[in-house]
Amino acid sequence: MSARSLTTLALAAALLGAIAHPAFAQTPPTAQLVPSASEISFTTRQMGVPVDGKFGQFTAQVALDPKKPETGSVAFAISTASARFGSAEIDAEVPKDIWLDTKRHPQATFQSSAIKSVGAGRFAVTGKLDIKGQVRDVVVPVSLTQAGGTSTASGQFSIKRLDFKVGEGDWTDTSLLANDVVVKFKLVLTGLPPL
Amino acid sequence: MHTAPRYSTPAIVLHWLLAVMILSSLAVGLYMTGLPFSPTRLRLYNWHKWAGVMVLGLSALRLLWRLTHRPPPPVPMPAWQEKASRLAHGALYVLFFAVPLAGWAYSSAAGFPIVLFGVLPLPDFVPVDRELSEQLKPLHHWLAYALGAVVALHIAGALKHHFVDRDGLLSRMRFSR
Repeated sequence: MSARSLTTLALAAALLGAIAHPAFAQTPPTAQLVPSASEISFTTRQMGVPVDGKFGQFTAQVALDPKKPETGSVAFAISTASARFGSAEIDAEVPKDIWLDTKRHPQATFQSSAIKSVGAGRFAVTGKLDIKGQVRDVVVPVSLTQAGGTSTASGQFSIKRLDFKVGEGDWTDTSLLANDVVVKFKLVLTGLPPL
Repeated sequence: MHTAPRYSTPAIVLHWLLAVMILSSLAVGLYMTGLPFSPTRLRLYNWHKWAGVMVLGLSALRLLWRLTHRPPPPVPMPAWQEKASRLAHGALYVLFFAVPLAGWAYSSAAGFPIVLFGVLPLPDFVPVDRELSEQLKPLHHWLAYALGAVVALHIAGALKHHFVDRDGLLSRMRFSR
């Protein structure tokens, strides 16, 4: 094979690879998270009583053009040790290995695999959620609003704590502690293109 | 003493029902606070709260009944004893309400609204406030100790009347003749 045809082949392969890559059309711009204005909270129930908590520390990599959501991607890393419940007793308990096991799993992560538009300012973000080394597919509904250069992405979704081994041993009893955990988020971003 | 006048049947039923509920709530309350974080502790806390709310509701019913139905006349006793008994009963009624209300407020302030039997959310009448909850906690505890003390006095007095004075006082609270 001549050097020329080799070059052509390499070029073709590179081109194919680029087309296959969702970011081919154009790399979507990267947005910046404003952590102080953003919130990730969650609610579960113990014997019917709502128990609210929130994560104080998280980072996000968001690259998204709201007009071409399919080219975008979202990744999150949440510090598991930053979970707070407003009760010293629970705050002291949650880092333990039967709960979030923060020593072995200091981070919970989310990595999107597909983003699609499902209406005006609304998106469905499919991806993998990794908590405590347990990985599950989730679809996160996101509403996006924009005002004065900042974008606010918010929504909520439900996960099963036992899928992620949160609350082991005696705590697997869901009549005591519900399996459903509702995760709510409000993320303030700058640098996102207009809707 | 089978001819001694009795309290009305609803008053007797409420008396013994509340006696059982209050004594077990006091016992569970004393026990649960020493437990480590565990499912048992969580269950007992919830049961204690549900029991407290029922004590509150039944005490309201009981007070209404007491105010609308005359109890049997007191057995003969020295005037100071009658006065002391009246004071003790007044204190009991105050504490029937004060102890559960302080507990309810403490629970609400600590951020744990009460959900009766795990299904019926009760309103919070104080805001979620950690500082306030730190003040309500000892209030609930001391009121509960006070209730325990007056209950002990009440039981001692009743037993003294029945077994020392032999005035048949207990038959006033008997279920049947």
